[in-house]
Amino acid sequence: MTTAISVHDVTVHYGEVLALDHATLDIQAGRVCGLVGMNGSGKSTLFKTIMGLLRPDSGTVRVNGQNPAKARKSGIVGYVPQSEDVDWAFPVTVRDVVMTGRYGHMGFTRHAKRSDHDAVDHALERVELTEYANRQIGQLSGGQKKRAFVARGIAQGATILLLDEPFAGVDKRSEATITRLLRELADDGATILVSTHDLHALPGLADEAVLLMRRVLMHGDPNEVLQPDNLALAFGLDVLNRGDN
Amino acid sequence: MNLIDFFLEPLSYDFMVRALATTLIASIVCAVLSCWLVLIGWSLMGDAVSHAVLPGVVLAYIVGAPFALGAVIFGFLAVALIGAVRDTSRVKEDAAIGIVFSTLFALGLVLISVTPSQTDLNHIIFGNLLGVSWADLTQVIILGAITFTILVTKRRDFTLYAFDPTHAHAIGLNPKILGAALLGLLALTAVVALQAVGVILVVAMLIIPGATAYLLTDRFGRMLVIAPAISAACAVIGLYLSYYLDTASGGMVVLAQGAVFAFVYLFSPRHGLIGTRVMSTRRRRALASAQ
Repeated sequence: MTTAISVHDVTVHYGEVLALDHATLDIQAGRVCGLVGMNGSGKSTLFKTIMGLLRPDSGTVRVNGQNPAKARKSGIVGYVPQSEDVDWAFPVTVRDVVMTGRYGHMGFTRHAKRSDHDAVDHALERVELTEYANRQIGQLSGGQKKRAFVARGIAQGATILLLDEPFAGVDKRSEATITRLLRELADDGATILVSTHDLHALPGLADEAVLLMRRVLMHGDPNEVLQPDNLALAFGLDVLNRGDN
Repeated sequence: MNLIDFFLEPLSYDFMVRALATTLIASIVCAVLSCWLVLIGWSLMGDAVSHAVLPGVVLAYIVGAPFALGAVIFGFLAVALIGAVRDTSRVKEDAAIGIVFSTLFALGLVLISVTPSQTDLNHIIFGNLLGVSWADLTQVIILGAITFTILVTKRRDFTLYAFDPTHAHAIGLNPKILGAALLGLLALTAVVALQAVGVILVVAMLIIPGATAYLLTDRFGRMLVIAPAISAACAVIGLYLSYYLDTASGGMVVLAQGAVFAFVYLFSPRHGLIGTRVMSTRRRRALASAQ
């Protein structure tokens, strides 16, 4: 097995605020890894660092053995944004959004060729959104929106998918659909890092889980990571108390 | 007077031909750019940059450099200053924008007041369509063509930048360069448009057409056609009305754009205030009669 994402001893500050504190994390190719931690625990910072949006103060990040900039150029990193970061009224169709996954493969003017259209068709089929292709992106349900962005990653040919809170505002059935889709992609060899607050669904989704509180507190089997006393470390005592009730 | 005379008579004057060409080019280029500005949320930035280019244009006039050069330098200076004030003090962005652009605009006014041959430069503020020279028109054509070509050939990248800069970054594009390119084009466009309507009203041409098109369609590609079409029509209507009513030409062009926006705001079948209600009532009736 090869290491798809390798974060080694990474520290990141926003001004005075410490966002990641000597975080170390290795994820093997073809695995689904759930990222758990409270708000401000550094989940988004970790994503940004892996994508090279942030340069760590110290430590190294490797994506498929390459530095993040090189990995981006080769188009292997796909990103599914949080819902609140997307302008859902933007005048683009589902197909337009998925097509932007192909831009790295296109020429100067991003003119779509036959192969690009085929890749988009295939990706839409894969996430079962073919019949919604010409809808404006905001006219999809919460789960369909997420699948549209996963389709963008598929069209891109990304082997590493980063999903930021994909289950927020998504109903249970759509959540199951997305979970199945991500499992299938992982079975095909993709590496998937998912941040989530939905702890109950985590064992069904992820092969492994990471507990983050600026540092990596724990990394292992989801069921073990989600033990109440472990969660208490990351979330404070609330969860522990609720566990006792 | 028949309709043909109505349209041809003004064009018997050379100055009207130049005025029409200038307004048309300015309105089309501004309208194309406005599609991105309204979607990114850069309307205030458009306002700021279009005002802040004034001292650059005046200084360029004084030293005999091309207006475009001075405009682009001061356009970027304004954006840099706004970013600096916002990021290094507790002042919020809207206040930073207001402080920077009004101060630079004031600097432009002061520079004009101490520069001989004031009449020429005052036209920059209010626009002087009827006084556009062949040299002015040539500059408008060249700058307009450059801006238009870049915007249209790189339109997909700019749209991706507007929609999801993080994804642009993730696939190896450089969102910072795309943003800077848009701001540079904004400064160039301001130079083109200030010939037509003057510095003060440029912002109208940079916002209204895009906002109007946004209320009419859910496809960005169609926005890029609708916005310049509306804008060009308003340019012609505004100019002819100003000719026959003997009113300020720049002002009439912007009034025409504002009037079209008001109409679309009310009656757009997709996103209009009254239009959407009419459409849903019609749908209900159709449904009821079908049953």
